[in-house]
Amino acid sequence: MAEQEAVAEGGVEKMSTLIGMIPSILMIVSPILITAIGGMICEKSGVVNIALEGLMGIGACAAASAHVLMEAAGVGMPSIWLSLGIGALIGATFSAIHAVAAINLNADQTISGTGINLLADGVTIFAAQILFRADRTREFRMGMQTDALGIYPTAYIALAVVAIAWFVLYKLPFGMHLRACGEHPHAADSVGINVKKIRYIAVLSSGLLAGLAGGCIVLTQTIQYTSNTINGRGFIALAAVSFGRWRPAGVAFAAFLFGTAQAFAIIANNFPALRVLPTEVFNILPYVVTLVALVMFSGKNYAPRANGKPYIKGAS
Amino acid sequence: MSTNLKKETLATRILGSDGAVSVLVVLLGFLVGTILVGMVGRNPLNMYKAILQALSGYNIDNGRMNVRYIGETLNYSVPFILCGFSMAFAARAGLFNIGGEGQYIMGMTVAQIIGLLGPAVTGLHWILAITGAMVVGAFWGGIVGILKAKFEVSEVVSTIMLNYVALYLSRIISLQLPGATTYKTANYPDTALLNNPFFRTITNNSMLNNGFFLMIIAVVVYWFIMEKTNLGFGLRATGFNREAARCSGIPVVKSIAISMAIAGAFAGLAGGIVALGSFRYGRVLSGMDNYGFNGIAVALVGNNTALGTMLAGALFGLLKNSQALMQSKQIPKEITFIIQGLIVVFIALRAAIALYFAWRSKRQLQKEVLKK
Repeated sequence: MAEQEAVAEGGVEKMSTLIGMIPSILMIVSPILITAIGGMICEKSGVVNIALEGLMGIGACAAASAHVLMEAAGVGMPSIWLSLGIGALIGATFSAIHAVAAINLNADQTISGTGINLLADGVTIFAAQILFRADRTREFRMGMQTDALGIYPTAYIALAVVAIAWFVLYKLPFGMHLRACGEHPHAADSVGINVKKIRYIAVLSSGLLAGLAGGCIVLTQTIQYTSNTINGRGFIALAAVSFGRWRPAGVAFAAFLFGTAQAFAIIANNFPALRVLPTEVFNILPYVVTLVALVMFSGKNYAPRANGKPYIKGAS
Repeated sequence: MSTNLKKETLATRILGSDGAVSVLVVLLGFLVGTILVGMVGRNPLNMYKAILQALSGYNIDNGRMNVRYIGETLNYSVPFILCGFSMAFAARAGLFNIGGEGQYIMGMTVAQIIGLLGPAVTGLHWILAITGAMVVGAFWGGIVGILKAKFEVSEVVSTIMLNYVALYLSRIISLQLPGATTYKTANYPDTALLNNPFFRTITNNSMLNNGFFLMIIAVVVYWFIMEKTNLGFGLRATGFNREAARCSGIPVVKSIAISMAIAGAFAGLAGGIVALGSFRYGRVLSGMDNYGFNGIAVALVGNNTALGTMLAGALFGLLKNSQALMQSKQIPKEITFIIQGLIVVFIALRAAIALYFAWRSKRQLQKEVLKK
């Protein structure tokens, strides 16, 4: 609902200019970007996390429920920020399942990620059925508000996440250790880096960021959580990690590109020239672009070398 | 001392057998699900009443029998089983096929096209539609195989991408079909339908249809290819050790592409059967049906064997059919999704068993050394 309002507002002011679209593009890009950075951190440490989609859903459902309940209790504006925090924490909690399976038990990371994705479908709507007696959360009255430029605070959060991730990964010793765990965990271990601890931190931060992003989606783009709220955005974020070649700037560019395509799918109606195309064409774009890119860059492998492989001490 | 030893051997035997571990994992999933239902203040017994009714048609509360539930459970099982084979077939060759959903959607879409526009000849029409569904499913899976074999693109990423390409492509195509509204197309001519009057009569008007026979044939074909042919042997060898297979002259690139194509054909068949068996009209999908994703769980529970996958698929069909009954008994139907998700998570945690064995043999060795 809010997205249509935002689009309509933009439409009234600057019907034909692209500038008017920037706020809604940012609104859609931000959560994808936040999730993708989380996924990148996770893969940089050597753990693949295909559960991003499910973790976003869990975060979104938690944030929506928390906000509705706190709004009813009269908490007021801080409720939005508290809900975002709750969404992020719940996302991190669920990612702990993936962490235990992938790091302690050497489980197949794809299986455990798939399990969390399936589990998320059930847990979210189950919670809504218990809390609100419906297959969706109750609608909240007031979502996140835009600033004077019409931009949601989520855009600034996303920007901060990219900047912090870049700084930590490439400027701090901790970041170097984390990347070492993803490239060659045995070498990292031999110089005294605690591979398991670092991978835990990476997986939990990807869960935290995915949960946060889920909250961002639900509080800016809609008024309640339904089973359709996330609708593949977690997988788009996963694609952005590959397409962005596991580098913060690249991932940010990819997320921006894919988010813009998503935005076009929603706002293409405002542009007579684009109306001849089915809106689904824009929906398909991120996936096709990623596939083509993966084929084109297939000669060189940009992925962290130990990505997706369990680290077994002593084995080589 | 001797009883202790016996216990250990029993535990070892259970943990050492794939089938027993699967049963254990499923039971564990149900156990956690039951506790969860109890924790939110609902009566878990109602959940099992619903499952019993979906399984046997017997309503324990009023003692009435309705065989329709049995028919519906069997009908729901068909796509789960076939999508399970899609995952299992690829898994035997060492590939993780998350693309069952996309292959299923493409199969469904082509079955809808042929169902609406194909020649309305009795006998020929539905065969054509189902064949088309399998061919396009094989194509959709084969792309993944070629990308993997030729360009080393991870099948996990490419199948996820192709799932969404399939979803939106299906929408674009279905919206162009005759009589398309935002959610459905015109009705199929009767010649395209898979319905089976005999099944209908004996199951009190359930949706059970000829797709059931096709599924049985698929089970036999899967078993035969895997266990009895050179192709299956090559695929399994590739799955066990790619380098060793290459060295013994098995064409690995071809093996991968073929196995993904056959995997896709299974999921495509599932799509075709659902399109022409469970609906009288084509659908414009607004989201995924999730048969493909659940097929992953089905194959994992069934340990990629023909019989195991069939049983696991039947279990998932049973859960799906009991959803509406649960909802009417104040049990949120999403508990079935939670149980399915838990089962997959527990299967991932199953890796702990290997760690446990390693730890135990190490301890035993230590004991022996200390004794000496």
